[in-house]
Amino acid sequence: MNEHSNSPAGAQTWDDRRIGIIIGTLLRSGVILAAAVVLIGGILYLVRHGHEAINYSTFHGEPESLKRVTDIFHGVASLSARAIIQLGLLLLIATPVARVLFSAMAFALEHDYLYVIITLVVLGILLYSLFGSS
Amino acid sequence: MNVLEFTALVALGSFVAGLLGALTGLGGGVVVVPMLALLFHVDIRYAIGASLVSVIATSSGAAAAYVREGYSNIRIGMFLETATTVGAVAGAAIALHVRTSAIAIVFGVVLLYSAYLSSRHRQEHGPQLQSSPLAKKLRLDGTYPTPEGKQAYSVTGVPAGYGLMFGAGMLSGLLGIGSGAVKVLAMDQAMKIPFKVSTTTSNFMIGVTAAASAGLYLARGYIAPGITMPVMLGVLLGSIIGAKLLVRAKVKVLRYLFAAVIVALGIEMIFNGATGRI
Repeated sequence: MNEHSNSPAGAQTWDDRRIGIIIGTLLRSGVILAAAVVLIGGILYLVRHGHEAINYSTFHGEPESLKRVTDIFHGVASLSARAIIQLGLLLLIATPVARVLFSAMAFALEHDYLYVIITLVVLGILLYSLFGSS
Repeated sequence: MNVLEFTALVALGSFVAGLLGALTGLGGGVVVVPMLALLFHVDIRYAIGASLVSVIATSSGAAAAYVREGYSNIRIGMFLETATTVGAVAGAAIALHVRTSAIAIVFGVVLLYSAYLSSRHRQEHGPQLQSSPLAKKLRLDGTYPTPEGKQAYSVTGVPAGYGLMFGAGMLSGLLGIGSGAVKVLAMDQAMKIPFKVSTTTSNFMIGVTAAASAGLYLARGYIAPGITMPVMLGVLLGSIIGAKLLVRAKVKVLRYLFAAVIVALGIEMIFNGATGRI
């Protein structure tokens, strides 16, 4: 059998279908995991802080400990409820990023280098937004 | 109001927003920000941060099914995401620097426009017979499942679609919405992609677009866990149940009702922005 995976027809059938199934599973697991972590953190937050007064009408910015990825991990280690929620939200934001990363690998396996480049550009923008701007 | 009451009310409101958003196809994110800003007097940038995160949850959840069934075109999505993510970062950067009243006014206008779009009848275009050279080079054509088997389609209008996608990303980053309506407009009308492929690929792209600006909001301290937690869980649960109810519900009446709510919120956002109350 001679397989020319570079022909559009060959790339569009079996490989893309399989990529679709894996991406679908990846997205769903990411959302379920993130929601579960947010829920756990949320319950803990309500138990500990449920009767405190709220004030969100003026912006003071979240403390440093809830802004940077590394600080959020430190907060989770000390079982801070807000940090656990923030970890869940971080997992949620990471889900599409993981999808893009996987797509880049899948396109490389398909020898579709144009799309490897396109995908890496998107990945670069996402990583800049998450880590580069602070 | 204490934390417990605030969480319960915001979760309930977000649940209803997610439910109606899924039932009407208009998306729940678009009412979450006005609800938080007008009803709960939350600073609009906190509201946008919370909405962005919930948009990632609902779109990723829905996209999972469509990608597996082979509706979404991964190449079209990936290629156009180079435009939406740059737009989203730009939109978020603008949002963090302009006055909140300006954001409120833009938001109001977008609400009115999306209500107008939803009331209009969609103009069905015939299948595109041949791909443009650029679309061919980018290998954007594909197939999607129909009751009669796999249907092939071609793609055109790449530059116009790409430009619109940049705008969609910018609105998403500026306002914390998925801006699915603009994405569908770009693919369905400008690029002549079949409607079902356009809507599902739009959904597929929304998560990545929102993630691009959510990173910036997080880094600047605009993702508040106390607000985002009930919003994200409420919208997600509402949209899951909404999608399950979709088959049975009388959607037409609901659509008009929801469009009316959106118009009212749009006017109120513009009013509050113009008078400097937001």
